[in-house]
Amino acid sequence: MSLHVESGPSTRAPVPPSRRHGRPGPGRVFLSWLDLKAAPYLLISPYYLLFLLFGIFPLGFTLWYSLYDYDLAGTVEWTGLGNYTALLADSAFWNAVVNTLGMFVIATVPQILLALLLANALNKRIRGRLFVRLGVLLPLVTSVVAVAVVFTQLYGRDWGLFNWILGSVGVDPVDWKAERLPSWLAISTMIDWRWTGYNAIIFLAAMQTIPKDLYEAAAIDGASRRRQFWQITIPMLRPTMIFVVLNSTIGGLTLFAEPTTFYGGNVHGGSNSQFQTVSMFIVEQGFREFDYGYAAGAAWLLFLMILIGSLINFLLIRRIGGRK
Amino acid sequence: MTTLSAPAETRKPRAKRAGGSDLWKATPLTRIVLIVTIVVSAFPLYWMVVIASRSNHEATDIPPPFLPGGNLGQNIQRVLANEDAHYLAGLTNSVIIASTVTISVVLISTFAGFAFARLRFKGGRILLLLVLVTMMVPLQQMGMVPLYRMMVSLEWIGTLKAVILPYLLNGFGVFLMTQYTEQAVPNELVEAARVDGASTLRIWWNVILPAVRPGMAVLGINTFMLTWNDFLWPLIVLTPDNPTVQVAINSLNAKYGTDYVLIFSGTALSVLPLIVVFVVFGRQIIGGLMEGAVKA
Repeated sequence: MSLHVESGPSTRAPVPPSRRHGRPGPGRVFLSWLDLKAAPYLLISPYYLLFLLFGIFPLGFTLWYSLYDYDLAGTVEWTGLGNYTALLADSAFWNAVVNTLGMFVIATVPQILLALLLANALNKRIRGRLFVRLGVLLPLVTSVVAVAVVFTQLYGRDWGLFNWILGSVGVDPVDWKAERLPSWLAISTMIDWRWTGYNAIIFLAAMQTIPKDLYEAAAIDGASRRRQFWQITIPMLRPTMIFVVLNSTIGGLTLFAEPTTFYGGNVHGGSNSQFQTVSMFIVEQGFREFDYGYAAGAAWLLFLMILIGSLINFLLIRRIGGRK
Repeated sequence: MTTLSAPAETRKPRAKRAGGSDLWKATPLTRIVLIVTIVVSAFPLYWMVVIASRSNHEATDIPPPFLPGGNLGQNIQRVLANEDAHYLAGLTNSVIIASTVTISVVLISTFAGFAFARLRFKGGRILLLLVLVTMMVPLQQMGMVPLYRMMVSLEWIGTLKAVILPYLLNGFGVFLMTQYTEQAVPNELVEAARVDGASTLRIWWNVILPAVRPGMAVLGINTFMLTWNDFLWPLIVLTPDNPTVQVAINSLNAKYGTDYVLIFSGTALSVLPLIVVFVVFGRQIIGGLMEGAVKA
């Protein structure tokens, strides 16, 4: 008996003060049950409400629209997969696909290599670290429209700085907007200018988590810096590489603002659509031609492109890192 | 190679220390890479100021001018007075849109992040997975047509809410705040507050909020920048007479293609607020970016 009495209060001592607020009455019990069970759902409900309204609903309706034929007069007609078969036979759509993929490759490959090089440099002991990192990230703050405005002027045929530089080393001026490859190059540099520093900072963060002992051991074994970079840094960066590449894939395949601004705010992408991307194609079909079904079908095909592109890149990176 | 191993062994302690610090020493190549990068990063922005402060006559000089001129004030006045761009309205709208979106997204994400990270409830894991999956979907392109039609039938075209509401859906924010709450708030702290009889809302206010404030700041800055800079959706749902600042620049660009000075002044004026934010919060932005990168 006495034992029980003694041990009871000492183990239960913290309990009484804790009940101070919640003295059990039936209403209170219900309220606390409500608080425990319902509160989590209440807390996430704003997000999922928005998700339903501006995520699920438009996605579903895009699918729905893509099965109908809209025309300027306002008539709507069921066409089944008609929009898709028409798109797949539409040379304008394929032109946009080729442009998008071309600019994606021209922009992304050098961008990732440069970002790795830059991250490696940022990882060294340097003075004014914060200043350097701010400098590297400066382009990210600049809006795409601003970037495109400035670069479009720099690439101007007659008074552009780049043509002036080319001219001073004896190269004929290039009409950057008129031809396919020059326009792709010009647009790719806008993308790379904006994103290389950002990717470098992401790589840098991952590089700093690699244990330094690995490098020290490799250095003692006589591995050169270059070898250390390829055999330690690159394989250890694999997860980050996947993140960066997937990010670039989504961003690259949905390219819109740079090429649009490059052509003075017009979604046609040059006189022969030589730099019209799929996103621009969708806007042109949906909001210039008011062919909503066609635009919606193109949006789903774009999504398919992104899925396939992400998958290919994912497998590619896994192989590169795995082979060592 | 084999001959190297013997001396290396005898000098091991020194070699290790020297080699260790040597590895991270900046080489001339490092300096060149960094200097070139900073020059390339800064040049287009510098160029923007150079052209914005010149006259059109000077902007098309050959060779082009490389130093800022004295016309900046006058050019900016021209931008503000321009009747096609509605620049001042655009600037005001952008401030309203970006602030509303930022505050809402940070709140919504902090709520959801708390629930996902520190509360147990049925379906929580699946719902969180859903957030991650949808982060992969380019909603802007995919949902553009139905969202536009929705705004038409609500008669919201040309109004700010047509821009603001879709922006509030931000999966990245929920993901970030879930990660951040998990790391910043120990489970024991939440349990202890619960034992003390605190309600969920009270725990959010007294325990979660103070701890995740840095994460909120990172998300806030991020959201503000992205919203301020976005172009495609406002271009579709707003009218040129009630634009965002990006749409206003686009109008200038479309109508006054060769009036570089005018376009550049408008552009410079739109970039300036963000540069200020960036310089003031630079340390947090970089810290948040790097932290998020390692966790993701």
